[in-house]
Amino acid sequence: MLEIFGTQINLDPIWLTLEVAAMTTLVLLLLGTPLAWWMSQMRSSNKVLLEALVALPLVLPPTVLGFYMLIIFNPNGMVTEFLQFFGFEGQLTFSKAGLVIGSVFYSLPFAVQPLMHAFEAIPSRLLDAAATMRASFLDRFFTIVMPLSQRGFLVAATLTFAHTVGEFGVVLMMGGNIPGQTRMVSIDIFDHVESMEYDQAHILSAMMLIFSLAVLMLVYGLNRRFGVKVG
Amino acid sequence: MTQDTTQSTLSGNLQLDLGGFALNSGDFSIPLQGVTVLFGRSGSGKSTLLRAISGLDKRTRGHLTLGEQTWQQGSKALPTQHRDIGFVFQDAALFPHLTVRQNLEYGIKRLPKTSRPADFQEIVQRVGIEALLERETTYLSGGERQRVAIARALLTRPKLLCMDEPLSALDWRAKAELLALIEQVIEQYQLPVLYITHAPAEVERLADRVVFMKAGQVERIETLQQALARPDSPLFDEQGAVSVLLGQPKEQADGLQKVEVGAQALWVSQHLVVNKPTVRVRVLARDVSIGLADPENLSIINHLSVEVSELIPQGEHRVLVRLRLADGQHLFAEITQNSAKRLNLQAGLPVFALIKTVAMTE
Repeated sequence: MLEIFGTQINLDPIWLTLEVAAMTTLVLLLLGTPLAWWMSQMRSSNKVLLEALVALPLVLPPTVLGFYMLIIFNPNGMVTEFLQFFGFEGQLTFSKAGLVIGSVFYSLPFAVQPLMHAFEAIPSRLLDAAATMRASFLDRFFTIVMPLSQRGFLVAATLTFAHTVGEFGVVLMMGGNIPGQTRMVSIDIFDHVESMEYDQAHILSAMMLIFSLAVLMLVYGLNRRFGVKVG
Repeated sequence: MTQDTTQSTLSGNLQLDLGGFALNSGDFSIPLQGVTVLFGRSGSGKSTLLRAISGLDKRTRGHLTLGEQTWQQGSKALPTQHRDIGFVFQDAALFPHLTVRQNLEYGIKRLPKTSRPADFQEIVQRVGIEALLERETTYLSGGERQRVAIARALLTRPKLLCMDEPLSALDWRAKAELLALIEQVIEQYQLPVLYITHAPAEVERLADRVVFMKAGQVERIETLQQALARPDSPLFDEQGAVSVLLGQPKEQADGLQKVEVGAQALWVSQHLVVNKPTVRVRVLARDVSIGLADPENLSIINHLSVEVSELIPQGEHRVLVRLRLADGQHLFAEITQNSAKRLNLQAGLPVFALIKTVAMTE
């Protein structure tokens, strides 16, 4: 608990939000990087389908996404049973794991799109040149692609983190609203408003507003100075 | 040149379908010695063939061997990084996030443990980039970038050096300097080179043999002498017929360099000291006139005693005359039909070739 302007603010949702956002960012950088690379190298028309699939969370109501994920990841569903076969205990929904899974899908375009654009901007000649200097694929990726797409990674990480902090629908569907376990800031604000606790809602909302503005300014600042493409 | 008789070759037959353009090379076999120029108009498939040979395009099919080593068999290809090739790209392809020195070291760090690194200092000095080592690559001039690219390729100790129009992005001054450098480097390191160009002057200067490409196919492979002996050679499309005479450089006087061709002498404008046993002298057919007697009191100083070996009608009332020097080399002269008739030129007739302009190509 923290007191701001005489109002008690429960910090648990804030810590949980930051933790989920950090984990989501990490997972998405690990999974999104190979996906974005693969897409950036695609020549076939399959790329259109894949690009559309990745962009889906941008247009789909979060409730739709959350609903399908509840179906797929529910405790009696195939995915959970498959994991239980390998000794997994617990469940993928209404838990922190559920929050991260939901966020990974919801924030996917915010990681993949900047990375893909950064990869596409690297002249293929540079990778050809590196290959003639005996660099293997992974070697080329780590020594040429990653350094040349630093800004792309920075933008991807920042946007993913910020977007995850700001989500509502998917985390509500996948996480529920269990105080201390799956209650994130956006839901907390909703609850405060519902219970007419406007002081808390004001403070948390202002925090979110300032945070989001700061992140977006950072991203657009990067855009201006280094020409990083987003979205 | 020291070369054993069981010389290895780069041979194969490669296909590469790029959608709008298809390479279908047909069988080719290129001796791994000296400079082989891939020549053809833009769109003839030179670069595509070189990329296929280097393994830089995964869609390549067919077969390819270098000496005993198989590089391509059907769709199975030895990855580029295992082919021991050096590649100089048209636009240099320097890594923008690394300094010049780091660009050079990129290849050195990845040398196989079994191979001895090349002499860094020696190569850096030879290509003239000592002063650039700590610079960012972004601010280098076109010529400087290509120098770095050449050094970078040499430092990987390649078995085959590929150069894809390395001069095309440069202005004429940088072009001339780089061409001289490339010539030196090839001479010094005795590397087999595959060199792409569409400039006949570069072919005449560098090539030992020429691979003529047309519409995605290898049309024919000839030695430079064969390619230049053919009156319809694609090399003559731009400036008309050209002859390249081999001679031995001798003394210099009054800004002229004496070059011995057989028992005769040519005087060539030259400002550099030449220390090579043999030089190439390039003569445009339209700069050669024919006289029945050796005229004196003429401003033209180069008179060669030759024999007419063939008259080749060219259209537009012009005739290409093939002249034979005493040592068997040949020289083209382009004259009007009228002159040929007046002088009553025919095969076997001894005449004098008067050469207005002679350029030594090195």
